[in-house]
Amino acid sequence: MRSGARAVLAAASVALAVLLGACSHDESGVKLTFWTIGREGEVVQQLLPEFEHAHPGVHVEVQQIPLTAAHEKLLTAFAGDALPDVAQIGNTWIPEFAALGALLPLDQQVAASQVLAPGDYFPGIWDTNVIDGKLYGVPWYVDTRLLFYRTDLLAAAGFDHPPRDWDEWRRAMAAIKRNAGPDKYAVFLPLNEFEPLLALGLQQSDPLLRDGGRFGNFESAGFRRALAFYVEMFRSGWAPPMSNTEISNVWDEFARGYFTFYITGPWQIGEFKRRLPPDLQGKWNTAPLPGPDGPGAGAAGGSSIAIFRSSPHAELAWELAQFLSSDAVQRRFYALTGDLPARRSAWDDPTLASEGYARAFRDQLERAKPTPKVPEWERIAQEMQLMADRVIRGGQSQDVALREFDVATDRILAKRRELLASSGHSPLPPAGVVAAQARVRVAVPIAADANDRQSGRDESRPYLNVAPSHPAGAP
Amino acid sequence: MNARLVPWTFVAPALIALGLFFLLPVLAALALSFTDFDLYALADARNLRVVWADNYIEVLRTPLFWKSLANTLYFVVVGVPLSIAASLGAAMLLNSPLARCKGLFRTALFAPVVTTVVAVALIWRYLFHTRYGLINYVLTHLGLPAVDWLGDPHWSMPAIIVFAVWKNFGYNMVILLAGLQAIPLELYEAARIDGASAWRQFRHITLPSLRPVLLLVAIITVAGYFQLFAEPYVMTRGDPLQSTVSVLYYMFQQGFEWWNLGRATAIAFLLFALTFAVTRVLLRVARERGERA
Repeated sequence: MRSGARAVLAAASVALAVLLGACSHDESGVKLTFWTIGREGEVVQQLLPEFEHAHPGVHVEVQQIPLTAAHEKLLTAFAGDALPDVAQIGNTWIPEFAALGALLPLDQQVAASQVLAPGDYFPGIWDTNVIDGKLYGVPWYVDTRLLFYRTDLLAAAGFDHPPRDWDEWRRAMAAIKRNAGPDKYAVFLPLNEFEPLLALGLQQSDPLLRDGGRFGNFESAGFRRALAFYVEMFRSGWAPPMSNTEISNVWDEFARGYFTFYITGPWQIGEFKRRLPPDLQGKWNTAPLPGPDGPGAGAAGGSSIAIFRSSPHAELAWELAQFLSSDAVQRRFYALTGDLPARRSAWDDPTLASEGYARAFRDQLERAKPTPKVPEWERIAQEMQLMADRVIRGGQSQDVALREFDVATDRILAKRRELLASSGHSPLPPAGVVAAQARVRVAVPIAADANDRQSGRDESRPYLNVAPSHPAGAP
Repeated sequence: MNARLVPWTFVAPALIALGLFFLLPVLAALALSFTDFDLYALADARNLRVVWADNYIEVLRTPLFWKSLANTLYFVVVGVPLSIAASLGAAMLLNSPLARCKGLFRTALFAPVVTTVVAVALIWRYLFHTRYGLINYVLTHLGLPAVDWLGDPHWSMPAIIVFAVWKNFGYNMVILLAGLQAIPLELYEAARIDGASAWRQFRHITLPSLRPVLLLVAIITVAGYFQLFAEPYVMTRGDPLQSTVSVLYYMFQQGFEWWNLGRATAIAFLLFALTFAVTRVLLRVARERGERA
């Protein structure tokens, strides 16, 4: 019985091998599997022949995963021991996969690399890849959120430049609201997105989590200030208490002057150019986020290239990571996708340098901060959104909301705390996330996944999205 | 061979298969629901601890669970009667002596059941599309306002219900059709001679004769509709404002997005208990009515 089954299995595998052999280009070659997310995967295939040419016998097999399924698929692949060699990975996910011990530390490779210059990267973005002092990924492309605004409405309110700090922003919003009347607003902060409030929180010197990511720190003076300002924007009538599913869509409303300021990311540059009516082109611009005193921080987002520990071709995978990180490829990748390059040198590219709307991003990225690097962060961020909604629409007091938010956060972090406390073994396997958290910095990525998961159709990223993620997106 | 052993030998293959592929996983899941299996345990099995009822308590304390439960009940309470009504209506039309091309219509009406949910959900997303969708096109031509079907929290669940009813009614239709065909024609003849209207024939002959079949259909449909998942997963991803997060979708999020398998299995067992209770109630009501009749 058993030998019979084995014979069948053997026969099947021979047949399979023959089939595979028949369709692969060279039997001697190495196959490198590379998982990408959304549209980037489509585009990167145009770049790969160059890599394969430089590495004869190597075939890079790209598998595109829809953004909405990517996170689950990677986790499931880890559980099922079916990870690829290399993958594009949202930089907010790195703490999780590092905690799993799934990622290969890249410090030595980077130190020895001729191609990669850590100093050429935006520090906050690079930092999202560093967990417990170890590097687990190389930034591929970056994003962060900042102000998109109507230059004409701002000028009509008496301001010839975008606000640089909260006070200036306050005055601008008040003036715009006076001009706009009761039915229009100064700023749109969708209540189903935690990103705007998170950015305000990241601008504070208090970290979002304390004691090495063990407890929530949302009752700190810093976060209180951030929430107070956020709530003030609603209470003063500058922001409508709405989700982005409750307006027709951001482009129409922006064009109508329903709001003047909107906090969003680089994926909207192309959308705004395409979807705003022609007479409005030239009447909008981007600006760095105002901070409490002068230009403020924003959340570091984007995607990194990570190599999995399980890969038998780690060296080759590193070659691929270097190839994708080279200055020339970064430039071409921007030209093909519009994704902002992670390397500053690639920003000198004439196409990007002449893109006026990207200039604010260049500036903002210098001040990008990672979100807290704990695997639980995304759940905490969702709590943040619910907390804000309870204050704005539910009328809960800020004190109570923040206390409850800290309690909820502490509950989410309970297991992490216990594992850190138990000295028996490292809670986070080979390269604990733990110690790294000691210098808790806050911040993170959000970008890809969270954005998509949180927001409705209006704010969806054009490139990263594939079908199922657009509930009512354009066909 | 021992006469007692013979029947066991016959059922053994089925029992072994059931035990191995159903009972064992269910027991394993039950055990899992008493642990805190999460991302950390996935990384290292030593991080797994037994927490007994904590998962259940924690789930019951989570507002999103109650919201997902309310969404699911909305779906079941509206969807199941609609679905059965649609099935019964279609079955009666097909059973009518006036119907032509029965084979063709039966196949056509059954077709949605055998199509893949993902493929048809994509098509329905086009139908529901606010600006380009056929449904809004018809609505606006009738002078009604366009509806943002999948973007408005008030309309998203109705949209999902319409889709699910369309997708599933064919299955029950076939069962009900068989039930209808089993009703002796003499009953209708006698009723007509007594001057019964079509409505009274339906009310006093069709419905009572169909009772056992309807009960079966109701139980299957209720159990199926409680397991709402694929429709919101493909069409809305739980949006807008979590108005289409079903219990099963919430379980999926916990289990495969956050990898809290302990929590996820606890949700699964809560849903099982609920479905079980509702089915029991249905059975009891049906039995009491049967006795009274």
